[in-house]
Amino acid sequence: MAFAHLLELDNLQTHLKLRRGTVRAVDGVSFAVDGGETLGIVGESGSGKSMTALSIMRLLPRSGSIVGGKVTFKGRVLTDLSEDEMEAIRGGEIAMIFQDPMTSLNPVFRTGWQVGEPLRIHRHLGSTASIKAAVDLFKKVGIPEARRRVSQFPHMFSGGMRQRAMIAMGLSTGPSLLIADEPTTALDVTIQAQILELLRGLNREYGTATILITHNLGVVAGMCDRVVVMYAGRIVEEGRTDDVFAHPEHPYTWSLLRSIPRLDAEGHEPLKPIEGSPPDMMRLPTGCKFQPRCPFAIPRCSSEEPALSSVRRQQSRCWVTQSGTELAG
Amino acid sequence: MSNATAIIAAEGPVRRAPIALLQVARRNRGVLIGLVLVLALCVVAALSPVISPHDPIATAPDDAYLPPLSPGHVLGTDELGRDQLSRVLWASRVSLPVALVAVAVGLVGGGLFGLVSGYAGGVTDLLLMRVVDALLAFPALILAIALVAALGPSLRNAMIAIGIVAIPVYARLVRAVVLQLKQMEFVVATRSLGATPLRLVLRHLIPNLMNPILVQVSLSAGFAILAEATLSFLGLGAQPPTPDWGQMITTGRTFLPNDPWLAIVPGAAISITVYSFNLLGDSLRDALDPRLRS
Repeated sequence: MAFAHLLELDNLQTHLKLRRGTVRAVDGVSFAVDGGETLGIVGESGSGKSMTALSIMRLLPRSGSIVGGKVTFKGRVLTDLSEDEMEAIRGGEIAMIFQDPMTSLNPVFRTGWQVGEPLRIHRHLGSTASIKAAVDLFKKVGIPEARRRVSQFPHMFSGGMRQRAMIAMGLSTGPSLLIADEPTTALDVTIQAQILELLRGLNREYGTATILITHNLGVVAGMCDRVVVMYAGRIVEEGRTDDVFAHPEHPYTWSLLRSIPRLDAEGHEPLKPIEGSPPDMMRLPTGCKFQPRCPFAIPRCSSEEPALSSVRRQQSRCWVTQSGTELAG
Repeated sequence: MSNATAIIAAEGPVRRAPIALLQVARRNRGVLIGLVLVLALCVVAALSPVISPHDPIATAPDDAYLPPLSPGHVLGTDELGRDQLSRVLWASRVSLPVALVAVAVGLVGGGLFGLVSGYAGGVTDLLLMRVVDALLAFPALILAIALVAALGPSLRNAMIAIGIVAIPVYARLVRAVVLQLKQMEFVVATRSLGATPLRLVLRHLIPNLMNPILVQVSLSAGFAILAEATLSFLGLGAQPPTPDWGQMITTGRTFLPNDPWLAIVPGAAISITVYSFNLLGDSLRDALDPRLRS
């Protein structure tokens, strides 16, 4: 491939204009995804994960707009494309899967017809051909009795099956990037595991790069080559999943990892919740945005915001670790 | 099930409307009766030139004021000796088309208002809805009368006026459903597949509107027939000598003490027609309401 990266975000800034004021939902986010790679984006609700994804697709809600930075995909600057050009990318080159499988399928259409829709839009297939293709896609994503299932309506599908159908729809055109926005949040645990297994298998088989947005660190650990941790619209830590999980270099990541139960924990270490509450995006603190909740904060943290820079083998936005101090306690 | 049949079954994007209607009718007696009545009325209107025993306009002064069940005149004759049955049958050829056109005007106008308003939102929504509110501020019949008075009394203008009066109902209905649909993730999901906003609205949203619209169409057809009769009663609809139910009542009113059937016969025709449409609409609403569906 002639491009440095499949997808590259460069200082992306997305603002939401609300009645109460402007929210900098995505504030200077930069990262890259290479072909075939799986990147995890984690963060709590409101940290800007979904807004980042919708900015890439340019499907922001009416109140949102990209005010700075650029998104480059296969050497094309998406943020500069016309709406027509963007429509060819959506569903053709980049596909997206959403959180709520209950409402992400149209209730009045048969699932086979819906799954064939991208093929009718991008490959100009006819109805019959697109539904035949849907039968094959259903088989690929593990929907049993595919031939019968294509003529059923979404309400006859379970949540897991709907999510499989959504994945089938996303993959129908063979996109090179799949953005999955919390694809398993609304599913129960056993189904979650199946869907993740499916995504992993498809990623291996077709080499589709995947951005997996989640607030579940376990999902990231099992799925992703690299991980981006977001807080208050910024990336606070980025690196290879193994490195970040073994040695978090940002107090937020460190706290997140200590707040989830682990089967392999030594002794009886109590779970430590993160103190305080998620930041008010209208009134962010000066300096480091995590500083009010940070157990390691030093005076400098509340006056100056650190940049994202190399710490050990990853990138971190923290004065403490950048100065060489170990996070422990 | 073989592959081919499944694919053919899946091909129809929506349950094809007429087939779906028949399926609902089979399950619900009210829908069935309403549907049969409405279809029967349509057949009567279509065949009235064939099945009418007499010319509805031909006068026969010698046979005036014959009571119902007179030989040759089952429903009697009017003050000019015209056969009541023939006139009532022929008048359905005025009322039903008027209802059809008026509903079409209301549906297309209101549907567009509602779609644009609901989908675009913001200032567009605000402005369009204020226009609709303005229409809604007038009592429906008074507005229709005022419109016909302004446009000049004729059948065509009556249709337009009744249609305009129906616009707010459809606009609000469609807007409400679109707003509800917009909350669902499939709207963004469909856009994320590369569908243009136009494709989204035409192919993905409009089929979702069919059920509530079907109910509203039956109900407002009943209203349209009543409104047409009212306008004709006031002399603002069909002009003589075209036979028309409202107009027949106007004439019959004068003879109410001695020859009440002159007003009762067309009145019954209106009642039966409006009842048929309302029965269909009400039963459809119950049958299609997912909350009531077992």
